[in-house]
Amino acid sequence: MGEVLVLVDHVGGAVRKPTLELLTIARRLGEPAAVYCGASGADKAVDSLGRYGATKVYVAEDSAFDDYLVAPKAEALAAAARAVEPVAVLVASTPEGKEVAARVAVRLGSGIITDAVDVAADGSTTQSVFAGNFAVTAKVTTGIPVVTVKPNSATPELAETTPAVEPLAVEVSDAARSARIVDRQPRRSTGRPELTEASVVVSGGRGTGGDFSAVEELADALGGAVGASRAAVDSGWYPHAFQVGQTGKTVSPQLYVAAGISGAIQHRAGMQTSKTIVAVNKDREAPIFAMVDFGVVGDLSSVLPQATEEIRKRQG
Amino acid sequence: MDIVVLVKHVPDATADRTFSGADHTTDRAGVDGLLSELDEYAVEEALKLVDAHGGEVTVLTMGPEQALDAVRKALQMGAAAGVHVVDDALHGSDALATSLVLAKALDKIGAYDMVLTGMASTDGGMSVVPAMLAERLGVPHLGFAAEVGVEGSTVRIRRDGDSATETVEGSLPAVVAVTDQINEPRYPSFKGIMAAKKKPVQTWTLADLGVDVAQVGLSAAWTAVESVTARPPRSAGEVVTDEGDGGAKLAEFLAARKFV
Repeated sequence: MGEVLVLVDHVGGAVRKPTLELLTIARRLGEPAAVYCGASGADKAVDSLGRYGATKVYVAEDSAFDDYLVAPKAEALAAAARAVEPVAVLVASTPEGKEVAARVAVRLGSGIITDAVDVAADGSTTQSVFAGNFAVTAKVTTGIPVVTVKPNSATPELAETTPAVEPLAVEVSDAARSARIVDRQPRRSTGRPELTEASVVVSGGRGTGGDFSAVEELADALGGAVGASRAAVDSGWYPHAFQVGQTGKTVSPQLYVAAGISGAIQHRAGMQTSKTIVAVNKDREAPIFAMVDFGVVGDLSSVLPQATEEIRKRQG
Repeated sequence: MDIVVLVKHVPDATADRTFSGADHTTDRAGVDGLLSELDEYAVEEALKLVDAHGGEVTVLTMGPEQALDAVRKALQMGAAAGVHVVDDALHGSDALATSLVLAKALDKIGAYDMVLTGMASTDGGMSVVPAMLAERLGVPHLGFAAEVGVEGSTVRIRRDGDSATETVEGSLPAVVAVTDQINEPRYPSFKGIMAAKKKPVQTWTLADLGVDVAQVGLSAAWTAVESVTARPPRSAGEVVTDEGDGGAKLAEFLAARKFV
């Protein structure tokens, strides 16, 4: 079986969950081989990559990966792909991941598919398009397939291995050093699961009137992440990093709770594939109610706290 | 400072978008089209930058005849000139071919300091064309910009990532893709609408750009759609009206579904 290259998405060597999902998907296609690009931290990453089935880890350590935007990673991944001639190259569908994949596709002369929600053993992909109204299956027909896969498209499966670690010699070109990161302010942790990875998401919209406390308390009772509609973000009530919708994050949790969100098409595009959908809204005519498994017509400022209290009671 | 803004004409996202016939391409004829909403932010940012630094804004699009509407809208907002690449052979082009054609068109436009784009189109939504263009043009790409500033020959952006907020610098010329957080796009004024009628729009074919038709279109695409299936609409479940017990009922539902 040929190798399947998986680009490791990490923060200082701490591997992010979408990468583990990619390793699980890679096992359907061939031998999962991870490509690690970072200033340091590879040792830490190798452990967790091995636990999820990476039989090989190609390691490129260079400060350029931290100092410059994306392009050095694309060079390293393309170089690895040229050397290994893998069955496919898998990258997480994040803004950075898509940019890496785009550059790698041009460099390799390869077809590219973005935002896959599933990849079959024969390399055929499934995408959810037009606000989730259509499922499209497609295949790369030229070159080494480059595929970006949305977070939450697979459940990471443990498959303990001890990966063979191979250094990847990378000469980062001057051209790749053309977009320099001059400042980085890490986001303060909220203590909640990451939005795109969470199995429960509770989102607030215009109906919160700017007070997200009831939304946050319900999210915490359910162990979920907090999201926000574009209306709430545009009003300055919640940071953009938490926006769910076409121009924010796409989420596909087991449970999605929409509080005070009417459900415009732009919002639905970001959450339509959630398994169970629940809404609380004052307006019985809100379009969100047409797609819920359960809905409450009422004021979220009283409905959510009551639900939170009841949940806490049941949890004992 | 001369800026080229890339714009796309897309089917209206609030209409029933679908695919056309046997070749599984986006139906661009059966649904009203418009300037992709996310491109308005790029047009607005370009207008602001030339207001501050001087220069002209040119809008560039590739697409069928009706794509000219997207150029017109940008001209009404205040762009100075338009370029429309139109050729029957382009139908079904993938992102790689699109970036190739746009790179050739930018070469033909010649002098520019910045290429501005939106963060994604609202139809295909791949958001890969800006990076592909930068790769082809050999210039920096500063994507996902929530703020753009120019000082001399340096462009500086702020981008809000998942784990950090970054400030990134590159030298001009550069490709810069902006998010919908960056500004509030203006509406065309009556004066702007009238003035746009007199603004120059050039129409270029693949031959004008020296692009071989064999490199573009559906048959040259490096990916192939195998099937398109409409998802059954979600059927509405139970909706109750809160009579003082709405929260308890919600908790009961969540417990029954094992979320508690």
